[in-house]
Amino acid sequence: MNAHSKTDIRELSYAEAIREAMDIAMANDERVILMGEDIGVYGGAFGVTGDLIEKYGPDRVMDTPISELGGAGVAVGAALTGLRPIFEFQFSDFATLGMEQIVNQAAKIRYMLGGAVSVPVVMRFPAGSGTGAAAQHSQSLEAWTAHVPGLKVVQPATPEDAKGLLLAALEDPDPVMIYEHKILYKMKGHVPEGHYTTPIGKAAIVREGKDLTIVATAIMVHKALEAAEKLAAEGIDVEVIDLRTVRPMDRETVLASVRKTGRLICVYEGVKTLGVGAEVSAMVAESDAFDFLDAPIVRLGGAECPIPYNPELEKAVVPQVPGIIDAARNLAKGRI
Amino acid sequence: MPDSAKTNKPYAIRKYSPEELKGALKKMYLIRKFEEGAEESYMRGLIHGTMHLSIGQEASAVGSCMSLTDDDKITSTHRGHGHCVAKGAELSKMFAEFFGKETGYCKGRGGSMHIADPSKGNLGANGIVGGGLPIAVGAALSAKRLGTGAVTVCFFGDGANNEGAFHEALNMAKVWNLPVVFVCENNKYGMSTSTERSTAVKNIAERAAAYAMPGVTVDGNDFSAVTEAVDAAVERARNGEGPSLVENLTYRWRGHSKSDRNRYRTKEEIAEWQGRDPIVAMGKLLMEHKIATDDEISAIEAEADQIIKDAIQFATEGADPRIEEVTRDVYTEEAAS
Repeated sequence: MNAHSKTDIRELSYAEAIREAMDIAMANDERVILMGEDIGVYGGAFGVTGDLIEKYGPDRVMDTPISELGGAGVAVGAALTGLRPIFEFQFSDFATLGMEQIVNQAAKIRYMLGGAVSVPVVMRFPAGSGTGAAAQHSQSLEAWTAHVPGLKVVQPATPEDAKGLLLAALEDPDPVMIYEHKILYKMKGHVPEGHYTTPIGKAAIVREGKDLTIVATAIMVHKALEAAEKLAAEGIDVEVIDLRTVRPMDRETVLASVRKTGRLICVYEGVKTLGVGAEVSAMVAESDAFDFLDAPIVRLGGAECPIPYNPELEKAVVPQVPGIIDAARNLAKGRI
Repeated sequence: MPDSAKTNKPYAIRKYSPEELKGALKKMYLIRKFEEGAEESYMRGLIHGTMHLSIGQEASAVGSCMSLTDDDKITSTHRGHGHCVAKGAELSKMFAEFFGKETGYCKGRGGSMHIADPSKGNLGANGIVGGGLPIAVGAALSAKRLGTGAVTVCFFGDGANNEGAFHEALNMAKVWNLPVVFVCENNKYGMSTSTERSTAVKNIAERAAAYAMPGVTVDGNDFSAVTEAVDAAVERARNGEGPSLVENLTYRWRGHSKSDRNRYRTKEEIAEWQGRDPIVAMGKLLMEHKIATDDEISAIEAEADQIIKDAIQFATEGADPRIEEVTRDVYTEEAAS
């Protein structure tokens, strides 16, 4: 499932990779603390913090009350005054309760104060559908924070990047929002040992191809890769780009690919309208790469609908592999 | 504390040296005159936007910061000019910020509602009611974890006490026993809505009970009463005894902001509070206890006038920000990816 994984090298799950990153950071830097709801002995709602409390104690693995606004604000204030907090929203949906501190405070304090301070806070958002948790526990709201200058927003798709982007976020002096897809938590893949960083603002070409480009985020990277394998059997050679960072977006990697293939599909789980794919499309349409397009840009995003409970309905409202294959086939017509 | 029974002298007179007390009076004059200077500059069209003046609330700002060092932090509010002066800011850089200059505290990017001076521990005013409350708790968490011994004083208004952030912040401060003092400046109105109409308890300090911390309501126009309550709270915080809530009852002489037509309060009420001028009261206190003569007080006021005049001059002469640098400091430069 994972393009990066090899059977002969060390594999960790996406959740384990995140935990390893937090462990490395906490061992290296006393200023790093974890905050969130039930991240202590419970180990986090998705088990991401696991048993870190046993190693670092409750003063560094802090269970917060169910106070998303206050908790996020405490993390912002702590980051402003010398700590390096990693704040976990139990579900990304709950960040709606903390948006004031994210949008008005974390994102703007440095600018409002003329650069006198920075806010090196890291926030983690377990996001996405597929767990049967319905409309208030399944959203992909990364476009909300990506709309705000002052924030950086990443969406790791692999265990390797989940670790590398978290370690990069901790070294970044500005607030970094990490959207982790819940369905990926159990996915295994190769994860290098020790400390390394995955650069923020850099997309990855996870499959090279010449006929069309798919720019995907988070779990959609894997669906795009699966679709690409099937399309290869039909003679359609797909290039898959894992966007990895939503803000700032890696313009060059995307444009270069579109110039090469002349066809673009954006696949993302967030609601299609005004989502990440809208920005990718506009970026291409506004650039010289537009001249290289042989067909209109296609966006495959979430339906204009809350995430429903029924499992078949739940699957129906986000892009799936057959839909990606159909879209790619139609788009490639006339080229092959 | 037992000393207070043995003497009739008010707390502040016993606690602070004559120089400190005269310094406090000077800061109160500076706040009053800063606000008046800002208002006049606004009327003359030299400052745009809006502003929230704290004329009438000077004793609360200065008294609450009396026992703080530059290492101690404050978080402030949209009505924050006084807090900024009280924490030791330079008036020239404050005015320059009002004038939108590159030489201002925020290089002209913040303006009235975002003035800060991190070098003196002022983490900034805040345009969001209640926005500073959790941030103050975070600053106190840093102080505790990093062992700096610093205390954070969190200023907020009566309006903020009905924000969820207030309740979440006080609860966490107590649960984690953090060195933070919540100072509510209750000036009776959240914009136009009186506390009687907005708040279920009579005194906001009563809400401290819900978070198992000491809460006290004092005359916020009485400098000594403010210092007595806040100093005790700061001392508790410094000694590891956790957070407190102090409510300073005060009044803003001016409207909420420049759009206010004062339709929700009477002229009589405003006049009554103007008769309880905290600066006049402070002058009387110092004279009564032979700390300063009438002439000395006049000299302090004249000194404040000169500082304001020079500060406005500095602001006027400052360079304007360059439009091509408008996005500077959205991100930290060296980290820009």
